[in-house]
Amino acid sequence: MSATDRIALPLRRPATALAAWQRSALVLAGLAAALAPLWLLESFHLFQLTMAVIMALAVLGLNIVTGYNGQISLGHGAFFAVGAYATAILMSHLDWSFWATLPVSAVVCGLIGYGVGFPALRLGGLYLALTTFSLAVAVPQILKHKSIEGWTGGVQGLFLVKPDPPAFLPLTPDQWMYCMALIVSSVCFLLAWNLIRGRIGRALMATRDHPIAAEAMGMDIAALKTQAFAVSAMITGLAGSLSAVAVEYVAPDSFSFALSINLFVGMVVGGVASILGSLFGGLFVLFVPNIAEAISKAAPGVIYGVILIAFLFLLPDGFAGLLRRLAARLRRASP
Amino acid sequence: MDGLAHQIVAGIATGGIYAAVSLALVMIYQATHHVNFAQGEMATLSTFIAWSMIEAGIPYWVAFFATIAISFVIGAAVERLLMRPVQNAPVLTHVGVFIGLLLIVGNATGWIFGYTTKLFPTPFESDKPLLGGLVSAHELGSTAVTLAVLSLVYLFFRHTRLGLAMRAAAYNPRSARLVGIRVGWMLALGWGLAAAIGAVAGMMVAPVVFLDPTMMLGILLYAFAGALLGGIDNPSGAVIGGFAVGVLENLAGAYVVGTELKLTVALAIIIGVLVVKPSGLFGRVVMSRV
Repeated sequence: MSATDRIALPLRRPATALAAWQRSALVLAGLAAALAPLWLLESFHLFQLTMAVIMALAVLGLNIVTGYNGQISLGHGAFFAVGAYATAILMSHLDWSFWATLPVSAVVCGLIGYGVGFPALRLGGLYLALTTFSLAVAVPQILKHKSIEGWTGGVQGLFLVKPDPPAFLPLTPDQWMYCMALIVSSVCFLLAWNLIRGRIGRALMATRDHPIAAEAMGMDIAALKTQAFAVSAMITGLAGSLSAVAVEYVAPDSFSFALSINLFVGMVVGGVASILGSLFGGLFVLFVPNIAEAISKAAPGVIYGVILIAFLFLLPDGFAGLLRRLAARLRRASP
Repeated sequence: MDGLAHQIVAGIATGGIYAAVSLALVMIYQATHHVNFAQGEMATLSTFIAWSMIEAGIPYWVAFFATIAISFVIGAAVERLLMRPVQNAPVLTHVGVFIGLLLIVGNATGWIFGYTTKLFPTPFESDKPLLGGLVSAHELGSTAVTLAVLSLVYLFFRHTRLGLAMRAAAYNPRSARLVGIRVGWMLALGWGLAAAIGAVAGMMVAPVVFLDPTMMLGILLYAFAGALLGGIDNPSGAVIGGFAVGVLENLAGAYVVGTELKLTVALAIIIGVLVVKPSGLFGRVVMSRV
């Protein structure tokens, strides 16, 4: 056992510990809310919601390395693209089933993330952001390249087909797609939640907040940072896999650097270093560009930028932070 | 052989543009410890301002210097309005503001001026072939302008009181403030200078790549690669690095990977330098005291 085990502070119970029945009621209500759209929404809106869930998963991945570990990445669109292409290539060239491609996609993205983590060790802050940004800009070019055209389909991209729902479920492929996104995302959110609450999560945050002190306490900073990159890339890659089948199409230009920037904006607006915030981030990334376009058709990008800066100035802990503060105020008001 | 020579000369010409932006990055880094991601977008906006003035019938060189002045004011204003309130915030907030700026400036440029490609005039016209047809008048002229800017900036930082004050403000803000340097204004000045250098680079590159809102996207990355190659804390290293990246990019584009992978060359240089020699070719090895 290392020294960190013994001296780690015990996690504080939240001020309002919920009784067991309250907690199960919450879980049931959440489940109902998550499943209700299956019957309430028609297929286009259900597709949008599916994409929002997928984006939330991608933002979660980014949040682990950037929010909790403090390594700023503007290149997570690259991992998203690799995951999407891994699934698309395996499904369309080798006829694998969708579920079988997920572990492969996770492993490939994890390895690439681990690889990117090494040069990242040499840089802090702004330079890491610029380097990952150049990764995001380079990826569409690499995907288009002739030497791998046989696999990636070049500029045209690859088409694939949504998996059919199992015979015993009375669902359409769209509804089943939503369920699959929900299942994969819930599992990842649960795993991330446990990771962050535990010893590793505290080590990640300690490395972010005070690397020298963390190292003095026996944490292996290099290992923590590269592994954080790997886990983060894995989660975002899984989101990419899901998006490939949800859209039924992958092409280099769907993974431009704008995607990486969107994920970053989603993370900031949802809440940096917040698991719940990632969920809001996903919803934001998918729905706000549409709303912005309704306000001004000409320049949704301008509005997007204004929202980002407004959040940084007024609500630096994002939407999740706002909710947290509101909840704290309510609790104080009603003892 | 002629082809190779021409590729190298063309590489030096584009390298001059990268060198200017690399220098802007290093100088601004030295003066403010910021790296403005929206540098390219702001330079594009400046170039569009110059274009509108030239379209309105103003002579080239008047428009050129007016644009530099306007860009300087815009850069300084951005620092005052956007960076100052988050001065003490974590780096993540800075990156967020840069990204917001990139989105706003980039899209506003397209919104105001449209996305159609425009011709930008060059002041260096010549009918005679130069150096046996190896180099165009514009390539020669823009390299000269770049070198002039570089030496001006160098002289400014090394041999003027203001340049010294700016370096002091970045090196040790608290002591600088104690000896009477207005650190806040030095930062604004640094941003203004970066915007002005960016504007020159934009006006020099626009006749080659044609003017459109996304023209500078790759240039920031090449410039960053150049700055890293030369050593991020060494201005003259950054200039050499910028030229080297221009030549490398052109040669790799022509003979090794083909034009469609040019940006990947920048990525490869960045990662290569960081893995093999993180301090760059001419940089100081940084030791931090624990």
